[in-house]
Amino acid sequence: MSLDAAVRLTLGPLDLDMEFAIEEGEVVALLGPNGAGKTSLLRAVAGLVPLKSGHVRLDGQILEDTGSGQYVPTERRPIGFVFQDYLLFPHLSVLDNVAFGLRSRGTSRREAADKALKWLDRVGLNIYARAKPAELSGGQRQRVALARALAANPRLLLLDEPLAALDVTTRAEVRRDLKHHLATFQGIRLLVTHDPLEAVALADRLIVMENGHLVQTGTPAEVTERPRSQYVADLVGVNLLRGHAEHGSVHIPGGPSVAAAGAESGEVFAVIHPRAVAIYRNRPEGSPRNVWPGRASGIELLGDRVRVRIDGEVRVVAEVTPAALKELDLDEGGEVWLSFKATDVGVYPA
Amino acid sequence: MRRERVPIIVAALAAIGAAFFILPLLGLVVRSPWGDAVKALTAPETIEALKLSLFASLSATAVGLVLGVPLAWVYARVEFPGRDVLRALTTLPMVLPPVVGGIALLLAFGRRGLFGSWLDTTFGITLPFTTAGVVMAETFVAMPFLILTVEAGLRSMDRRYEEAARTLGASRWRVFTRVTLPLIGPSLFAGAALCWARALGEFGATITFAGNFPGVTQTMPLAVYLQLETNQESSFILSLVLLLISLVVLIGLRDRWLGSA
Repeated sequence: MSLDAAVRLTLGPLDLDMEFAIEEGEVVALLGPNGAGKTSLLRAVAGLVPLKSGHVRLDGQILEDTGSGQYVPTERRPIGFVFQDYLLFPHLSVLDNVAFGLRSRGTSRREAADKALKWLDRVGLNIYARAKPAELSGGQRQRVALARALAANPRLLLLDEPLAALDVTTRAEVRRDLKHHLATFQGIRLLVTHDPLEAVALADRLIVMENGHLVQTGTPAEVTERPRSQYVADLVGVNLLRGHAEHGSVHIPGGPSVAAAGAESGEVFAVIHPRAVAIYRNRPEGSPRNVWPGRASGIELLGDRVRVRIDGEVRVVAEVTPAALKELDLDEGGEVWLSFKATDVGVYPA
Repeated sequence: MRRERVPIIVAALAAIGAAFFILPLLGLVVRSPWGDAVKALTAPETIEALKLSLFASLSATAVGLVLGVPLAWVYARVEFPGRDVLRALTTLPMVLPPVVGGIALLLAFGRRGLFGSWLDTTFGITLPFTTAGVVMAETFVAMPFLILTVEAGLRSMDRRYEEAARTLGASRWRVFTRVTLPLIGPSLFAGAALCWARALGEFGATITFAGNFPGVTQTMPLAVYLQLETNQESSFILSLVLLLISLVVLIGLRDRWLGSA
């Protein structure tokens, strides 16, 4: 089982151009900022928006191919779709919602109701079978939406921001449930999220997209260790620089050269963890390390750490303890020197 | 919170405005010959007119639903050149004097009308001055209310429910009947009720296109008008009956609108 898609669309100012493949058994999260085109991509795979060009193939079966003009309408694609706000039919009972897909595909009323009830059983909501969706909590609706999408036995499950509509207190619990249910489903699972935590928790592989384009794909560990865009670096909370590496240092265009241990030659990314960056009020003496001046342009408390944004030739974020910050006697706008070791710079080809 | 103080001039004008509606109704109730009510109501002409009125107005509503819902759907969902002009044309009967509508119907479907003469010579179908003519006249005047209400309902509904249904394998017909129609249920009900009420009260187009034959085309409003000249008391009672029906419809609608919908 596999999904193979090349999606090109124009959506207002956004040109969506994505090619990707998903292998059998994978849970893939499409991660990107708001407005990156994630939801549109999902809708295109479902056939809800026609492609400008490209193709969608599921298990070798062509669902859409602009080259040959083939197009399988949404209602005949073997998909399940969990919408961001679930879109449970408000006029139908929970049971009828879950049975809707089976009934649409010709299952008899009785059998559909039996199967739907089994699905409600699985998600622990069989006692709500006769209730209307409006009577359920957010987390329960999410489970009904999942059961409804899975009941008709799709080969491809698409989830659009499955947890975004939930409040923070229920999100963790529902996420755990969702992970469990995703694990029991055998088909391909593609979910869209802007929340890196959700992506890492639920998916085997991330596809990061920005402005309609793929920027990075890999396992959560690969993506977080080696971010390839500012967006991912910000999500992970590390400093990302891009430059040209030569003789153990990375030249940042329009900026300083960064000494980096083991830097290969060529275009590279350099990643520096904020905790590896030290801050001084005066230039640190006699040090072969990376040292440059800047101005503290933002100070924020994050848990038991303080993140200090330092604007200089390049912007770098440093993370220190509140005690260290107090010792530095630093306010926003204060002049500082920052330094980090060459061995704390991770370098990989761009 | 403090209660809003009503300026005297506003209160006075509002009171006159309300009285303007209440006084005629009061007149109708007070001056009706209640003693003769049973006799007037059970008179064969009354029963006939009432039956015809109910039959014709319900038929007009049925025709309105069958033809008006697809038209509303087209207006709400399909973009085509001239849509606004077409919508204006099909809305025209709402503002057109009904008598003019009746004359237009005669010119089109009359025995020597544009389309009517062909119907007559080809199929031997005559529409004016028949009960079918009554239904046509009432539909002509009342259907626009249904079209506009249903179109508004279709435009304001969340179409993503239809997409959700499609991802669940529902055919277009199933999407329409199982999702779209139930979701616009309140609009559909309100549109049908408005259409029916308008058809029930129809006078001008009916008398012009269908005439005033007892038992065939004489509906309640026509009977009321006719009796006003021959038997005033009876016409008061019939008016009261129409008033009562209208009131019931209005209250029913209000509950529907303020209720779960």
